[in-house]
Amino acid sequence: MKKAGARIYTFLIFLFLYAPILVLIVFSFNDSETASRTVWGGFSLRWYRKLFEDRLILEALCNTLLIAVVSAAASTVLGTMAAIGINSMKRLPRRVMMNITNFPMVNPEIVTGVSLMLLFVSAVRLFGGRSLGMGSLFAAHITFCLPYVILSVLPKLRQMDPNLYEAAQDLGCPPVKAFFKVVLPEIMPGVVTGLIMAFTLSIDDFVISYFTSGTTQTLPIYIYSMTRKRISPEINALSTVMFAVVMVLLIIINARNARERKIEKAQERHESV
Amino acid sequence: MKSESKLLSAPYTVWMTVFIVLPMLLVGYFAFTDKSGSFTLENILNVGQYSNVFLRSIWLGAVATVVSLGLGYPLAYIIAKMNARRQNVMVMLVMLPMWMNFLLRTYAWMTLLEDNGLINSALAALGLPRIHMINTAGAVVLGMVYNYIPYMILPLYSVLTKIDKSVIEAAQDLGANDREVFLKVIMPLSMPGIISGVTMVFVPAVSTFIISKMLGGGGNLLIGDLIDMQFLGSAYNPNLGSAVSLVLMVIILICMGIMNQFDDGEAAEGGGMLI
Repeated sequence: MKKAGARIYTFLIFLFLYAPILVLIVFSFNDSETASRTVWGGFSLRWYRKLFEDRLILEALCNTLLIAVVSAAASTVLGTMAAIGINSMKRLPRRVMMNITNFPMVNPEIVTGVSLMLLFVSAVRLFGGRSLGMGSLFAAHITFCLPYVILSVLPKLRQMDPNLYEAAQDLGCPPVKAFFKVVLPEIMPGVVTGLIMAFTLSIDDFVISYFTSGTTQTLPIYIYSMTRKRISPEINALSTVMFAVVMVLLIIINARNARERKIEKAQERHESV
Repeated sequence: MKSESKLLSAPYTVWMTVFIVLPMLLVGYFAFTDKSGSFTLENILNVGQYSNVFLRSIWLGAVATVVSLGLGYPLAYIIAKMNARRQNVMVMLVMLPMWMNFLLRTYAWMTLLEDNGLINSALAALGLPRIHMINTAGAVVLGMVYNYIPYMILPLYSVLTKIDKSVIEAAQDLGANDREVFLKVIMPLSMPGIISGVTMVFVPAVSTFIISKMLGGGGNLLIGDLIDMQFLGSAYNPNLGSAVSLVLMVIILICMGIMNQFDDGEAAEGGGMLI
């Protein structure tokens, strides 16, 4: 009896979570002259054709990917360096740095966006230069990605034995080489997690981009302008494509993890024998 | 090693000074100056005119947080009791919608809630009267719950899985019934998860401006909409916008301070109880 209740409850919550997405996907295949969002007019791929012919969407997609790649790479390098620095600090400066790092994560996104907009607008007014666009988007995205990189690298640094690095140096390894040969491999899982997080956060960001993009279009900003029009089934097609891409990526990552775990387990068994 | 390592964080320190500290100082500067740049308290005082907007945001955000907690807690509890493999699948299913851009997820609700939307069409087909749902405060709360409930479920789930089963068994052995076990053992132990879930839902819910725009029509102005209007909207006035942002930040800091107090108290009590 209790179990059945739990099952029904779980089902209802997942229905709540997935019904809207399902509706979006179903209506992306809707063939209707009036382009209605809710009246079924037969199966068609016309919105997909329209989507892939839409220059503005493809341009926005390119911008989004470029910003995500650049800001993920830059914030991973900067953030990893910062984490190493913070890790070797004394208590007080470390607390100050951690507070600054945590601040953008607890601050409402809209306030971060607005404050960066004020910075860029003031900078343009004072020093001239181009108005908001790709440059300000790069800076803004690196800024909100950095804390996530630092917070995923720091625990790995804390787990690492500090003697390893010193041992490498004692054996005559120059500091830079010791970093790449000894420290980096140890903290690599944290660095990779940080990179992936920064990449996905950047792709998904709307609020901060909205205030710092000027007239440059990113995908979320373009989606926003589409939702302002009353009827645009293209958006359903776009949602479906994005959902499918994410699903495939997650399945690939999961399958790879499962295989790695299997190999690890096999190795463990082998070693124990 | 130490001194060279410290230098590595120098670029980060410079970066955060320019892009976090300086912008925040600018918000403060704009909030306390007028258009010509001279000092004034007018902006901050004018925020008082919008107290109804602040009250509405806090009220709707609080309702959404409570509903998320009420709906999310049982699910987190059910998931935490499953076997490890099913737990992983369930957690992934909770997270999957978050991978879809939240504008699209909110847009999906527009198509469902409209006067000619799917829910109303279904009601009409069943011969039931249509309900007006879109552009109401209820629709805004629904949008908030829908978008942020995973942030409630995941931290709850992670504390619930860590609860030592022998503690629950001990309570049962000592004669506690199910209700007592839940109220006196499970709930106090899951307090850290409740605290982080509540903060992670309340902060974005209070400061949202998209959900209210898309599902609330024009009649449910929230703090986020007010800020948006001052910076990118028709009522361009960054000085007032900064003042509103500053007040929003203070409100959120106070709320988080209260929550943390609550957390510490509970933790100390829990510690005392275990001894």
